[in-house]
Parts: sequence; C-alpha cells; structure tokens
Amino acid sequence: MDYNKLINKSLLDIKPSGIRRFFDIAAEMKEVISLGIGEPDFFTPWHIRDAGIRSLETGHTHYTANSGLQELREEISKYIYSRQGITYDPRSEILVTVGGSEALDLAIRSLVNCGDEVLIPEPAFVCYDPITTIAGGIPVKIETKVENNFRLTARELKEAITDKTKLLVLPYPNNPTGAVMRRRDLEEIAEVLRGTDIIVLSDEIYGELTYGDTPHVSIASIEGMQEKTIVVNGFSKAYAMTGWRLGYICAPAPLTKAMTKLHQYAIMSSPTVSQYAAVEALKNGDEDIESMRQEYDRRRRLVVDGFRSIELDCFEPEGAFYVFPCIRSTGLSSEDFCEQLLHSQHVAVIPGTAFGECGQGFVRVSYCYSAKHLLEALDRIERFLKSLRGR
Amino acid sequence: MKALLKLLNENARYTNAQLAVMLGITEDEVQQQIKDLENSGVIKGYRPVINWDNARPAHLTALIELKVSPKKNFGFDEIAQKVMAFEEVESVYLMSGGYDLAVFVTGQSFQDIAMFVAKRLAPLESVLSTATHFILSRYKQSGVIMHEEPQDDRRSILI
Repeated sequence: MDYNKLINKSLLDIKPSGIRRFFDIAAEMKEVISLGIGEPDFFTPWHIRDAGIRSLETGHTHYTANSGLQELREEISKYIYSRQGITYDPRSEILVTVGGSEALDLAIRSLVNCGDEVLIPEPAFVCYDPITTIAGGIPVKIETKVENNFRLTARELKEAITDKTKLLVLPYPNNPTGAVMRRRDLEEIAEVLRGTDIIVLSDEIYGELTYGDTPHVSIASIEGMQEKTIVVNGFSKAYAMTGWRLGYICAPAPLTKAMTKLHQYAIMSSPTVSQYAAVEALKNGDEDIESMRQEYDRRRRLVVDGFRSIELDCFEPEGAFYVFPCIRSTGLSSEDFCEQLLHSQHVAVIPGTAFGECGQGFVRVSYCYSAKHLLEALDRIERFLKSLRGR
Repeated sequence: MKALLKLLNENARYTNAQLAVMLGITEDEVQQQIKDLENSGVIKGYRPVINWDNARPAHLTALIELKVSPKKNFGFDEIAQKVMAFEEVESVYLMSGGYDLAVFVTGQSFQDIAMFVAKRLAPLESVLSTATHFILSRYKQSGVIMHEEPQDDRRSILI
C-alpha cells in the first residue's frame, strides 16, 4: 500500500528538515552536554503545582467551557491589563488553548484562505511556516538582520506586503535570537499596517522574559492595533509550566469566536487541571517570574561574556532564554559547526538554519541550564575553537 | 549583596570575574562586597559540602540532644561555649522545644561518638541528660542533594 498517496498532500509536501539527522545523533549520544533545550530547567513553583493537585482532589475532572474556565479568563484579562494597559472581555475576547502552539495553529488556520500570504520574520520558531502551508497559505519570509538587532523594520515589512497579505507573524521576544521590539519599533510597524486589513499574530510567549531597561511591549497596546492583533501567550515559559500545556489567545471578539469554533471541534476544552493551576499562577506567581527572570539574566550575562571572551561575535539578546552567536569566523557552516562540536566535544547546540535559511552562520544556544553546566559547555566550546584555529 | 550571597551559596568557587559578569558589576566591586560581607561577619568561611558517606575513611555524624540547667547570669552561653570547644563538635545550636542544645558531633565510628558523649559531654556540670541520634543516611545537606544527582528529564534537544 502506498501510504504516501493517502496522506494529505500539503502535509506530505512539508519535508522533514535536514537538521533532523543532527538531532537524531545528538539524542542518541551518551554523556552529551546539551545547550539545545528550549524549555525552562526550573520546576513549576510548588504553590502552582499544589493548585493543580487540589483541583484533582476536589474532583475537578470534567471538561470546562470550550473557551476555558471563566475564572481563568478573568485572571488573564486582569493580567494583560496590568502589564499592557489594554482591556479584553473575558467572555468574548479570550480563549484558553493547549499551549501557545495550539493558539498559533488556531490563529493561522482560522484566517488563512488558499493563496493568502503570511509574513514571517526569520530567524523564528519553526511552526509558522508549516501551519501556513497546511492551511493552503503561502509563507513569505522576511529576513531580519543582526545589524538591526534582529528586529523587523518598517521598511522590510513594507517591501514584503502585497495585496494577498493576510497575516503578519510578530515573534518577539524572539526564539532563537533573543531580540525584542521596543515601543518605537512597534509604532513604526503599526504605521505601515494602518489602513490595511492585515492582522498581526503577535507571539508573546516569552513576554515575561526580557532583560533590558524596559519590560515587554505588546503591539496590541499601540494606538489602533488592538482591533487588528491576535495576541498569543501562555504559561510554559513564564511560569516553567511547559508540561501543563496551557496557553491563550486574546483577540477581537469575531476572531475569537471563529478560533473558538475550531478549538471546540479539535480540542473541546483545554486540560482542566492545568487551568486551575494557571489561575493560581496568575494570582500569585509574579514573584516566581521575577526570581526566575533574574536567574536567567545572570546566566545570559555569563554566556554572552563567555562567547565574546572566546572571540565569537555575540549579539546581546534582550529577551527569551537564548543567545545566538555568529560562527562565521570559524569558516564553517552552521550545520558543520554543530556536527563537529557534537562529535569532538559532545556539546549540542542548534544550527541557526533550523530557524530559517537566514540563520546560516549562527547557532542557537539555550541557557536553560545551571551555571555549572553552562561553564562546562563553554569550556568545551573553547577547546573546540582552539582545535579549529590551531589547524 | 543579596544576589552575591545567593551565587556564593550556590558555588563558593565562582571566580570574581564570573561573579562580576553574572551580577553586571565590576570585579573590584565584587571584591569589595565580599570583603564587606566577611568583615561584617555575614560570610564566616568557605568550605566544601562533603558527603561523608562516600569519603574514605567514612565519618559518622550524630545529633546529640542536651538538656542543661542554665546558669544564673550566664544563661546557656557558658555551657554552649564549653561544648563547642571540643574539636569533635561540628555545630551547636540553642533550640526551642523539648531540649536545649543541639550538638552535631562527627567521629570515625559509633564507638568514638558514644565514648565522646559518655566521657566528655555527659559529665559536664550543668548537663542534665543526653540523647544521641546517629545519622544513617544523608539525603540533602546544606541545600545540596546527596543521594544522587537529580536527572534532567528533558529531551536533549527541543526547538
């Protein structure tokens, strides 16, 4: 039986990335020091876990409303107001999803018709492109540049817009570069979008993890943008709750309604135990976020300094928990660099090309590890560079 | 200061350069802060966290509960000072609750410690009674997990 004939054509057309092979080697290698993980090493704070446990003990084991617990949506609304000063109606403008991932899927599939173009600044997280493709849309990549601090500029955006543009993905703070968009940058983007019907899909999953002087700014908080923005956020990164699979969408009511329809048929409702835990996270989790953020910040400084002291150019990341050093000075491609580093020193970092072609010449390094682990990895990378340069 | 203490408490062997980078201050400032912490008696020393269960020769540790009669004018200080003067005594704490002084004693064998209690501690003038509890296994000590390193159950690569 030729199963390939049976599988959905768009899905079949999505080729597994060439990097898969590298990942498989890394996954099987023993004693590998990985800097490859994109999730917090912290455990979910106890009071949040307790809230989950308590919800089970008291028998909250049923479905919730499709769009999520009313109490949770109210807390989300309060949270966004406290951070961004904008208001979302918990009844009609907030939807609780299975992680930020489902939220992105819902947003893209609910909007994109066959042939619609979706603008994706790269380097970026890997899911926007395939979801767009499956939905019949056309991913249009915008290459962001290190000399612009990997920010999307108004000019780059303007050049990419056509009359088919439906959606702009705005993935900041950015995985893998750690770039953030400042209010000014966002105002310039908003200016380009004013008067168009282009919707912004703002992926703000790392919004709590910024290290500059100013906290994260959502594009939805820019004058006139709330009505054309879908904000995606979640609990995974801010509260170290990746395994709970809980995220949410805030968007104008008609869009939320459409996404809820899709959510209802695909998912029914998000995990109940996680929703109760999330209520506790929003009510009493600010101190946890802050202490984890400070810890990430210390590691961030350590790793950036580490790369610079071994003479690799390293863009100073201001958000998320990655650094994105440039490895061009070694003369190697990203893939070769990663593969040789893995084989010779058993250190796993991720080729920049995993996040788009324009990631060539860079590697992504996660600092979701203890300082001890990071220092050991940096030592090994230094040895690797010495052996390269000694040749 | 608090951030510096937290880092040193996590690993007292960070270099000043590493501490400076992590805290976003200069090495001179790190040095000055450490000196201040030492001078003001906040930092009392730097020692490794040893799992004596794994060391050879192995050491034993016991917690000895002492009930004592406090002296007029001196309270518990006089007896505490006598107890802590013994080399075998690792730590001494004044406790609330069922007994007065908690004394941690190390030795090479049960015998050693038993003899120390019988010959040195029990005869002290104000000691009313002793109860000796041997530590059988160390799970966590000074914030460090002793039994086995907690496993990282995350996959080694995750975009």
